[in-house]
Amino acid sequence: MLRCGYALFWLLGSVLLICVVSPVKGEAVVTHEGSHLKLSKSSHSNESQHGHSSNATGIPIISFKWHHVETSYLVAFWMIKEKKKYILPLANREVIEANHHVTSVIPESALLICFGFILGGMIWAADKVQTFTLTPTVFFLYLLPQVILDAGYHMPNKLFFTNLGGILVHAVIGTCWNAASLGLSLWGCQMGGAMGISCTGDLDIGLLQYLLFGSLMAAVDPVAVIAVFEQVHVNDVLFIMVFGESLLNDGVTVVLFNVFDAFVSLGGPKIDAAEIIKGIVSFFVVAFGGSLVGLGFGLLISLLTRCTKNIQIIEPGFIFVLGYLSYLTAEMLSLSAILSIVFCGMCCQKYVRANMDENSVQTVRYAMKAFANGSETIIFVFLGISAIDKVIWVWNTGFILLTLLFVLVYRFIGVFFLTWILNRFRLVPLEFVDQVIMSYGGLRGAVAYGLAVMLDENKIKEKNLMVCTTLIVVYFTVILQGITMKPLVMWLKVKRAAVTEVSLLEKLTNKMFNHTLVAIEDISGQIGHNYMRSKWKYFEENWMSWILMKPSARKKQDQLLDVFHQLNLKDAMEYVTEGERRGSLEFVRNENSIIDFKKKSESESFDINNANISNDHGVMSNTRDPIPSVSLEMHEQTMKAVREAEAINAHHLLDQHLYKSRKQHRHRFSRSHFDINRDEKEVQEIFQRTMRNRLESFTSAKMGVKPPKTIVKHTQKEQQQKMPNGKSMDKAKTSYSGDEGSEGDSASGYDQSYMRATYRAGAGIENPAFMPDLDPMDLLQIPPWLAESELDSSMVALSHRAQVGLPRTPSNLRRLAPLRISTRSTDSFTLENIPDTQQMDSDQLPPPPPPRPPRDDGYV
Amino acid sequence: MGSSSSSRNKIPNAQELMDQTGFSSAHLLRLYDRFECLDRDNRGYLSPDDFEAVGGLAMNPIGGRIIDAFFSSGQDTVDFSSFVRILAHFRPTDRNRNKEGTQQELPNSRTRKLKFAFQLYDLDRDGKISREELLQVLRAMLGLQVTEEQLQSIAERAIQEADLDKDDAISFDEFKKSLEKVDIDTKMSIGFLK
Repeated sequence: MLRCGYALFWLLGSVLLICVVSPVKGEAVVTHEGSHLKLSKSSHSNESQHGHSSNATGIPIISFKWHHVETSYLVAFWMIKEKKKYILPLANREVIEANHHVTSVIPESALLICFGFILGGMIWAADKVQTFTLTPTVFFLYLLPQVILDAGYHMPNKLFFTNLGGILVHAVIGTCWNAASLGLSLWGCQMGGAMGISCTGDLDIGLLQYLLFGSLMAAVDPVAVIAVFEQVHVNDVLFIMVFGESLLNDGVTVVLFNVFDAFVSLGGPKIDAAEIIKGIVSFFVVAFGGSLVGLGFGLLISLLTRCTKNIQIIEPGFIFVLGYLSYLTAEMLSLSAILSIVFCGMCCQKYVRANMDENSVQTVRYAMKAFANGSETIIFVFLGISAIDKVIWVWNTGFILLTLLFVLVYRFIGVFFLTWILNRFRLVPLEFVDQVIMSYGGLRGAVAYGLAVMLDENKIKEKNLMVCTTLIVVYFTVILQGITMKPLVMWLKVKRAAVTEVSLLEKLTNKMFNHTLVAIEDISGQIGHNYMRSKWKYFEENWMSWILMKPSARKKQDQLLDVFHQLNLKDAMEYVTEGERRGSLEFVRNENSIIDFKKKSESESFDINNANISNDHGVMSNTRDPIPSVSLEMHEQTMKAVREAEAINAHHLLDQHLYKSRKQHRHRFSRSHFDINRDEKEVQEIFQRTMRNRLESFTSAKMGVKPPKTIVKHTQKEQQQKMPNGKSMDKAKTSYSGDEGSEGDSASGYDQSYMRATYRAGAGIENPAFMPDLDPMDLLQIPPWLAESELDSSMVALSHRAQVGLPRTPSNLRRLAPLRISTRSTDSFTLENIPDTQQMDSDQLPPPPPPRPPRDDGYV
Repeated sequence: MGSSSSSRNKIPNAQELMDQTGFSSAHLLRLYDRFECLDRDNRGYLSPDDFEAVGGLAMNPIGGRIIDAFFSSGQDTVDFSSFVRILAHFRPTDRNRNKEGTQQELPNSRTRKLKFAFQLYDLDRDGKISREELLQVLRAMLGLQVTEEQLQSIAERAIQEADLDKDDAISFDEFKKSLEKVDIDTKMSIGFLK
């Protein structure tokens, strides 16, 4: 179902994207754009028509205006029809995804190609001619950018740049080596007469054409590599070597292809040294120019997202549109478009993530993955479909088999030789096993096929043979090598990617290692890459971030904080899950304030407690402040021990302290905001009240830690502030003492001293800085009905005590559900509570108030 | 060969150092040059001032700690052999050598590297990283980006993560255990000293 949604989203998105960028792109898009224009036009005319008709002859209640919408209807239908051919592959993918045990053996890409075969067969059977083929335009302009952008955007930058040297060597030198060796060897074989076996007689291919063919076969395909390696979790370094190489050498191979293509059209005799030098120069210009264009667009995206605070709803769009624009611009300037979009993604990722709202970041991530998955699927299925076409099948055993052989062998030779050189410089050498996998992971894919189809039949007579050979190589590598990759990885015992669990100390120590290494390099007087990295980091922090990042985001960019934030979030999630598992709390929603509410009822106590200090501030203020300032720790054991008593206490607390809104939540529609109409004050007040109580009660349990002095000061100040009002403080105290079960109201003196002591005890966890913020607000915002309810707090405490020992049942808790959203005031509720608690029978509760109104739109 | 051995002669206990640290004589020579370069007054030892004169260290948030690590034995000078011994912690681990190296533990073993890192935390050398020590490191590294409260809660959390025996401090064993998965060999090694 989710996949379905993905597919649909992908389709819509691609149409949208196409429309947006169509001015640059020209002809191919005209149909789509036309449709949209028509749509909008027709809606306009609809309105105007309406106005006219009402003027003319009375008011028709309803009129059938087919001819006005006719065109758009037809266009819409046509579009759906058009899209069907894309939907089909996507549907296939869903089928495949459903059978996980199949994909665990055979990689998805191989399966998709096989589906392509079947589909192609069906089409062939129906039409007797292959209507659908993967045309280079569609592939290079619409399908490939999305996959590559996704790859670039999700590239682990640090890992990539640490291994950049190796990746570049493999991508540039390795690819050139592959191209040259394959072309030359094939040519040599033809000279030696090994090609004569075909039915068509001698092949009409010259050296240059062989080199051209070699260059298109040279590149390892990122799409195929990602598809296979994502399922085989090899270690990071190996993955980035193969993956980075496959990304960069796409650029290289396209450049090489263009150079040789130009040579071929120039013709053999006219090529002299000057032309060759020009070719080499153009190679570098194209590669670096493409990267620069990408970097430029990446910076532009970062800058844009820096200023989109008020239009968060459209900021994800920028990334796609500008990313795509970088691709097209590079293409337009005949620079390397692939390199451009890769670097665009890599450059902007950090700033985009820091600048944008968390929701937007998620949106981008999912949309990116959805686009990429969709494209990937279509690419593979079309690769399969393309096979079922009589025209392209020109068999030449010698040529095909030799190509296959050379592709494999030279890949191995190239990788081993280059790695041997690299290993002399690497800190951690690549092991033999890694090299085998790197070589074996040299999958060829759609890029090669796309380039082969682009060959000009006039210049190259044997185009079809080349296309056919390319397809066979692609099938061989993707299907056979793809399937055998996993067993090979197992068999060779390649180091797999470790499932990493982030821990703060680890992160901190890592950071420390980095600094240490820099220092040691300084001391030992060497300029290694640690030194370079620290210089870059310095530059980046002081200049790039300053320009490209929001001031607010800049503060929080430290990774350590990030990890801290993640850990806290994880804890909070575990909390929620735990609560749900315990079988109550059907009212738990995503909303943070409710999590807070739930947690309270779930596991917190007044008397005994753990270090469970008020993480909620962090969670609640998430939207405003992504880094929580207070830590949350869960101690399951202690929680279990006190759970029974806690539950009851929790009820009590909730009855008393939660603010009952008199307002219903109202939804409002806005094009640029998702959130429902929450009353700021209300949320704040709930938060403050719960925070206060928790701080007071939790800290009381934590003993025996030496106190930082600041905290003592705060508590004293706070209490002084409290006294004149007395109410909020009193309330907390009474409830507290009630839970103790022995003191009662008279114990307030004890409580105060106790509390002061315990504030010290909890030192270091809870955040004393909250207190001054909270106090004034709280003084102002105690609603009268709550204040009144304190009068009978002793009674409630009593009844509460009576309840001790009653096990908490789901129904017991569910009773709380309506509390928060109840429109009734507190008084009525606390009063309701009394009789039934006196009877000690929770089953005879009054029926819960009507469930709160549906609040779906905020949450979908 | 002759020139290298002759300049090797000016290094005190060269052979012994090579055995202890695993450095080659070329490494030793280079380090000796560096040592002499740092030792501006040609006293034959380095004082903390000499280290502070190194440009990058002043900017390094834990530069002071690193310098302290060189003077861990309590003296306020460091001679060439202790200089090399400290630097030897950062030599990449040599796989082949480890297998045969049974005679003594080289300074670049995993444990020694960890110990070095641990001592960067443990300022008072009581064998434990206390909360306060952790806080100081955090303060140095995170600097002004973060409020004191956040630092405190991070420190609290980091201690709780690693603290197995609940003494509110991290002992070396706990430290080692919590960094079990970290690839220390890569992260505490410098390529040039290979």
